[in-house]
Amino acid sequence: MAATVNTRRLARAMLTPAVVILFIWMIVPLVLTLWYSFQNYSLLNPANVGFAGWTNYQYFLTDPAFFQAFANTLILTLSVLAITVIGGILLGLLLDQFIYGQGIVRILVISPFFIMPTVAALVWKNMLMNPNYGIFAWIATSLGMQPVAWLETYPLFSIILIVAWQWLPFATLILLTALQSLDEEQKEAAGMDGAGFASLFVYITLPHLARAITVVILIETIFLLSVFAEILVTTGGGPGYATTNIAYLIYHLALLDYDVGGASAGGVVAVILANIVAIFLVRLVGKNLEA
Amino acid sequence: MARAISPQKKWTFTILAWIVALILFFPILWTILTAFKTEGDAILFPPAFLPPHWTLENFFEVQARSDYFRHFFNSVVISVGSTLIGLLVAVPAAWSMAFAPTKRTKDILMWMLSTKMMPAVGVLVPIYLIFKNLGLLDSLAGLTGILMLINLPIMVWMLYTYFREIPVDILEASRMDGAVLWKEIVYVLLPMAIPGIASTLLLNIILAWNEAFWTLNLSAANAAPLTAFIASYSSPEGLFWAKLSAASTLAIAPILVIGWFSQKQLVRGMTFGAVK
Amino acid sequence: MGKIVLQGVEKHFGDVKVISNVDLTVEDGAFVVFVGPSGCGKSTLLRLIAGLEDVTGGRILIDGVDVTDLPPMKRGLSMVFQSYALYPHMSVRGNIGFGLKMAGLPKDEIARKVEAAAATLNLTQYLDRKPRQLSGGQRQRVAIGRAIVREPKGFLFDEPLSNLDAALRVNMRIEIARLQKALATTAIYVTHDQVEAMTMADKIVVLNAGRVEQVGSPLELYDRPDNLFVAGFIGSPKMNLVGGRIAEGYGAATVGIRPEHLLVGREGDGWRGTISVAEHLGSDTFLYVDVKDVGLVTVRTQGEAGLRTGDSVVLRPDPARLHRFDRDGRAIRAA
Repeated sequence: MAATVNTRRLARAMLTPAVVILFIWMIVPLVLTLWYSFQNYSLLNPANVGFAGWTNYQYFLTDPAFFQAFANTLILTLSVLAITVIGGILLGLLLDQFIYGQGIVRILVISPFFIMPTVAALVWKNMLMNPNYGIFAWIATSLGMQPVAWLETYPLFSIILIVAWQWLPFATLILLTALQSLDEEQKEAAGMDGAGFASLFVYITLPHLARAITVVILIETIFLLSVFAEILVTTGGGPGYATTNIAYLIYHLALLDYDVGGASAGGVVAVILANIVAIFLVRLVGKNLEA
Repeated sequence: MARAISPQKKWTFTILAWIVALILFFPILWTILTAFKTEGDAILFPPAFLPPHWTLENFFEVQARSDYFRHFFNSVVISVGSTLIGLLVAVPAAWSMAFAPTKRTKDILMWMLSTKMMPAVGVLVPIYLIFKNLGLLDSLAGLTGILMLINLPIMVWMLYTYFREIPVDILEASRMDGAVLWKEIVYVLLPMAIPGIASTLLLNIILAWNEAFWTLNLSAANAAPLTAFIASYSSPEGLFWAKLSAASTLAIAPILVIGWFSQKQLVRGMTFGAVK
Repeated sequence: MGKIVLQGVEKHFGDVKVISNVDLTVEDGAFVVFVGPSGCGKSTLLRLIAGLEDVTGGRILIDGVDVTDLPPMKRGLSMVFQSYALYPHMSVRGNIGFGLKMAGLPKDEIARKVEAAAATLNLTQYLDRKPRQLSGGQRQRVAIGRAIVREPKGFLFDEPLSNLDAALRVNMRIEIARLQKALATTAIYVTHDQVEAMTMADKIVVLNAGRVEQVGSPLELYDRPDNLFVAGFIGSPKMNLVGGRIAEGYGAATVGIRPEHLLVGREGDGWRGTISVAEHLGSDTFLYVDVKDVGLVTVRTQGEAGLRTGDSVVLRPDPARLHRFDRDGRAIRAA
C-alpha cells in the first residue's frame, strides 16, 4: 500500500521504460499518420506530392467503400460478440454439469483458440466451405439439399462463422471458470426459496457472470475490430466490398493501391472510431475491475 | 456438490457435451487427418473420414516446397524473442504498479490497455515507411520489436494481476532482511510469481505466434514466420488440400500442444484477474 | 546497543494525520509494547521505525544515529510480521538464512548461525521443510528465527500472535518474552491485546488516534492511569466509569473503579443494585450489577460467592483504589 520515498522513486524508475516505450509506440506513428493524411503521397505517382488539405479525408469518407467497410466492421464485431457470449454461456452451463471425460472435453473445446487465424481461415474456406468437395457440401447433399458456395453467396456470414469459431472457446472457458466459482450454497438457497431453473439463471447466475461477460466483450472487441488475416486469405475483401472491414480497406489502399495519403486518412478515421469504442469499453471495464 | 445427480442426467449431459466438443474440434481433426491422405483421397466425395491410404508424403513435399523449418525457426525467434524482451520491460513495470501504487496507477493501466485498442491499420503506413527507411522490413529484429510492443500492455496487465496476489508483507520482510531491490525481485518476487510468469510467457508466445497482421505486412522472403508460410497456400494451388493440411498441421501443432498443457492458467490469465 | 529514540515523529497519509508528534525513548534492551485499539496508528508507528514508511516530520535515532532517511536494510532492525511473511518457496533453512545471505556472509557461517537459531527455537528437525508444511506455531517460530539470527539492534513485532489459537498464544507469549530477556535485545511489540501488553512489557505505550496517551510500566498504567482512555483501555474486565452525582460526590467529573476493587455485601451503605448476570468462572465470579443512576457495573469477586442473578447487593468501592478524572478526562491526583 504505502511505501517509502525510496521505494516510490525506484518504482517510478521501473515503470518508466514501459510507459516511455508504449508512449513512443503510440505517438510517433500517430503523428506521422496525421501528417501523411494531409499530404498527396502516392507511391504510384511520385511527382504529385505536397499538402493535400482535407482531400484525402474527403475521398476516404465519401467513398462508398468506407460506409460498407464501416458497416461490415460493426456487423462482424457485434455478430461475433453475440454468438460467442450467448454460445459461451450455454456451453459454459453445459460444461459446468457433471460430465465423463471433462478434461478432454475442455481441451477439445479450447483448441480452436490456439489456431493461427490464417490456418483457420484456409481450412474453413477449402475443406469445410468448398461447394464441390467440402464437408458442408457433403452434409447438404446427404440431406438432399443443394450445396452452397458459402464464401460467394454469404461472404460476410461465412467470415463471421470462421471468426466466431475461433473466439467461442475463449468465451466459453472464461464463462465456465466464472460459473464454477458460483457458490453452490447460494444456488441451493435459491432453490429452497423456490427458484426454478429459469429464475435461478436470471437472478443468480447471470448477475454472477456480469464481470466475466464484460471481460469477454473487452478482450474480444480489441481483436475483432482488427480482424484481418481471415479476410485476406479467404475473400480478399470481396466479392466487391462485401467482406471488406475498415482494417482491410486501409490495408488495400496502402499496400495494394500505394495511396499513402488516402490510407493515412483512413488510419486516422480508424483510430478515432476505435477511441470512441475504447473510451466506452475502458470505462465499463474500469468500473467492473475495481472490486 | 452435495446434490445427487441421476445417472440418466449424467449421461445426457456427457453425450451432449461430447457432441458439441467434437463439432468444435472437428475442423482441426479434419485438417490433421487430411494431412495424411493422398491428394486424390483428400477430395473424395463423399469424403473419406480416415485416410484410405496413409501417407507422410505431404509433409515432405511441404518442407521441400516452402521450407517449413525456416518459417518455423522464424516463428520461434519472433514469438519467444518478443515475449522475453517484453518480460524484461513488463516485470519491473508490473512490480512498480502492484507494490508501489500511486493515484495514477489505475489510469496508467487503463491507458496501456487502450494503446492495445489502437487499430493496427491506423498506423500501418508510418510503421511500414519507418521500417523501410531503417531497413527493418522483412527482418526478424523488426518483427520481434513490433510484436513485443503490441503485446506489452497485455503482459504488464497479466503480471500486475498475478503480482497483486502476492502479499506485500513478504517483500517487506525481504527488505527488512537487507535485500536491495534487484535481490528482492530475483530471490523473492520472481520465484513466488513463477506460475503467473509462466502463463504470461505462454500466452504471449501464443499470441505472437498467431499474430497475422504485422507479420504478414512487414515480412517477405527472409523473416516470414509461419503465418506467412500458410498464407502462401491461399493461392489457387492451395487447392491441393492434403498439402495445405500438412502445412497447417505443422504450423499449429507446436502451439496447440503448449496450449493444451496450459489452458487452465492461460484462460484465467487473459481475464486480468477479473474472473477467479 | 539498541537505543531507539523518536523525536516529534509525524505521519500523514494525504490529509489524514495518522501519527501526530510522538516523542519516545526506548532504552537498550527494553521490551516496549505499543498498545491501542485498531486504527490507533500503532502498526504505522512500528513501520516508521522499521523504515517501511517515511516519516512526514520528526526524527528517528538508533544508538544516536539519525536513521530517518535510511532504508530498512541499513537500520539494523528485524521484524516479525503478523502474517509471518515467510518466503513460501524457501525451506525453513532458507528463510532463516536469507538475511545473512543478503548480508553476504560465507556459507559455513550462515549454516552455523541458522543451526544455532533453529536449536534455540526447537526447529532443527524442520529445517528442510517448506513453510506450507508447518503448523501455525512452527511458522511463527521460523519468523522469530529469521529475526534473531541476524543479531539485530532491535526486534519489531507486529501483532505476531494474533493468528494463533488461544493456548498456543500463551505459550508463544512466554517464549518470546524469555527469548528477548536471554538475548537482551531491544524489542518493540505491537498488539491490540492488553493482556499481552501487561504480561510482556517492561514499558507500555498506549496509543489512541495517533497520539501517545501514556507511557509507563504495566503496573503504573494499571494503578495510575493518566486519563480516561488509558483507564478504560488497560485492565480486564474494564474499569467501571461513573459520572453524574456520584462523581460529583468525589469532586470529579468521572470516577473510575476497577471490578476487583468493589466490595460486595448484602446490606449496608454503598451502591445498591440487582445482579443482572452472574458469570461463574470457578476461580472468579463476574457480576454485572444494575445500579440505579449508574448503570451496569462489573464486579469481580473471588471464588463462588453464593450470589445469583436477581439477588440484591450493595457495592462499596475501595476509596484508596478510586480514580478521579476531570472534565477533560485527565486524572486528578491528590497533591
